[in-house]
Amino acid sequence: MLGYIARRILLAIPIAFGVSVVCFSLVYLAPGDPLQTILPSDATQEMVEQIKHAYGFDRPLPVQYLLWLVHVLTGDFGVSISTRRPVILEVTGALSNTFILTSFAIPLSFITGYAMGALAGCFPGRAVDRIVTGAAVVGVSLPNYWLGIVLVIIFAVELMALPATGMGPQGSSQFNVLHWSSARFLVLPVITLSMIPVGIIARTTRAAVSEVLNQDFVTTLRAKGLSEFAVIRHVLKNSAPQVLAVMGLQFGYLMGGSILIETVFTWPGSGFMLSKAIINRDIPVLQGTILFLAMIFVATNLVVDLLQSMIDPRIRRS
Amino acid sequence: MSQTATLPATAFADDSPPALRVRGYWGSVGYRLRHDPVTLCFGAIVLLIVLMAIFAPLLAPFDPYKESVLLRLKPFGYKGHPLGTDELGRDLLSRLIYGARSSLLMGLIPVCIATAVGGTLGVIGGFAGRHVNAVIMRTMDVFYAFPSVLLAVAISGAMGGGMANGMAALALVFIPAMCRVAETATAQVRSLDYIEAARATGAGTLTIVRYHVLGNVLGPVFIYASSLVSVSILLASGLSFLGLGVKPPTPDWGLMLSTLRQSIYIAPLSCALPGAAIFVTSICFNLVSDGIRSAMDVRL
Repeated sequence: MLGYIARRILLAIPIAFGVSVVCFSLVYLAPGDPLQTILPSDATQEMVEQIKHAYGFDRPLPVQYLLWLVHVLTGDFGVSISTRRPVILEVTGALSNTFILTSFAIPLSFITGYAMGALAGCFPGRAVDRIVTGAAVVGVSLPNYWLGIVLVIIFAVELMALPATGMGPQGSSQFNVLHWSSARFLVLPVITLSMIPVGIIARTTRAAVSEVLNQDFVTTLRAKGLSEFAVIRHVLKNSAPQVLAVMGLQFGYLMGGSILIETVFTWPGSGFMLSKAIINRDIPVLQGTILFLAMIFVATNLVVDLLQSMIDPRIRRS
Repeated sequence: MSQTATLPATAFADDSPPALRVRGYWGSVGYRLRHDPVTLCFGAIVLLIVLMAIFAPLLAPFDPYKESVLLRLKPFGYKGHPLGTDELGRDLLSRLIYGARSSLLMGLIPVCIATAVGGTLGVIGGFAGRHVNAVIMRTMDVFYAFPSVLLAVAISGAMGGGMANGMAALALVFIPAMCRVAETATAQVRSLDYIEAARATGAGTLTIVRYHVLGNVLGPVFIYASSLVSVSILLASGLSFLGLGVKPPTPDWGLMLSTLRQSIYIAPLSCALPGAAIFVTSICFNLVSDGIRSAMDVRL
């Protein structure tokens, strides 16, 4: 097991390296001089020279990359063009707000999706299965930012029951999830955010469960007289690795993919910050946020791989 | 007399029960599709949307670009505007009809590019094996390490938006996944005996790929591509919603959703319409793709 863990971590390093190369090259994808994209437009000549030297823009690309990497590894992601604050502070602040959203959306979507999928998988072809399969297709095809808008129209504009946007009058500093006055701001974004993962997880769980149900060992379990409850327990355990893989991916999507939802609800998280950075052409913030989120995604995939191999030792051997 | 004697024989051949009739692969795919009402029904809607996009100038009651200060945000049915007008007084129905064009283009073109590039890379990687495979697939793994929305936003955000940049970004997002599908399918047939036999009879690599590999790879690749279309439509309208895809004043569902959102308190219903169009198109493509997949009996 330890050997497997070490091997997986070693495999993740080149991926993380590649991700950093992609993030580094984002600055060069932007039209125009990279210096102009990372400096405020009213920068003095002195400042330009200083930054040019610090980042080594006059040197060859590989050297520039290494210099950038050293800066990043020491926590220096540059300075935001629009707020002039260090990118690292901006990103960590926004991430903590995103985390509030996802920490509610993840349990909600995982439990609902898994329960729906398992139920449908256990009764293939029955009414439950049809309803869940239909709901899953809807969930997968739904533009979730539109769902957010529709929910705002219903619950905020028409019924005036829930707030439409934001985190409350005091912003994130006074946000307390235990108080309804704050928590009511969470309801709509969390529901919207959960919709697509529910569809995807329900779909995968259904497929995995019904596949395992058709295997020979299930017949054996039934033949030796196990109760249906015990059989289902075996089936669920055997379908877990597949479901876990999809849940891991969805975890990453929820951390990074919430940009549209956060924009709809003007939730001051990492996604909303990204969309602001795009509007302001704030490339350092764009680069830093994406690097952060992609690294979280890489780490999540690693953890999921390890969890899968703990549940199913066959994965370790292949 | 001899003619009458042959008659029963031909009659028998024609009336043989369907189960005994030998169908080719495509024959049975067609048979299954013809007997799948759900796929047929949603396929018809997809066709209607495509026709609507093509014949938009004939169908749209008004010029989708014509603005009017007096007619801003009017309700349904106001002065001959069946779905009312948008925040600049343009006819909403006409804009929705024209919007199908950019949404379909943004849905189809990135998938076509990704299928061509990713499919080719996957076949090369799967067939060449070893080092070539390692270089291609490990590079793809890096792009796999980004959540798809994030990668699309990052690339088009850095490049500065626009329809072409958005398409390029989406194509880049789909290439790794497409490459993986093609690589898996190729690697599965590569070690089979008939490839060896073809090589033993002196067939060159290109001939083998063309006649023996592609036939087995195109099915899964096509199915996967068809399932990507709805994803592409969703992502593309998401990019436009963020201001990274189609530029105003071009009618586009994602962009309309984002501009009409500003008037959510004045005209909530008009605000929901473009999203509904995206949803209907996306779900139809999804269900048609599911139907074709089960008709072609391909597992991804």
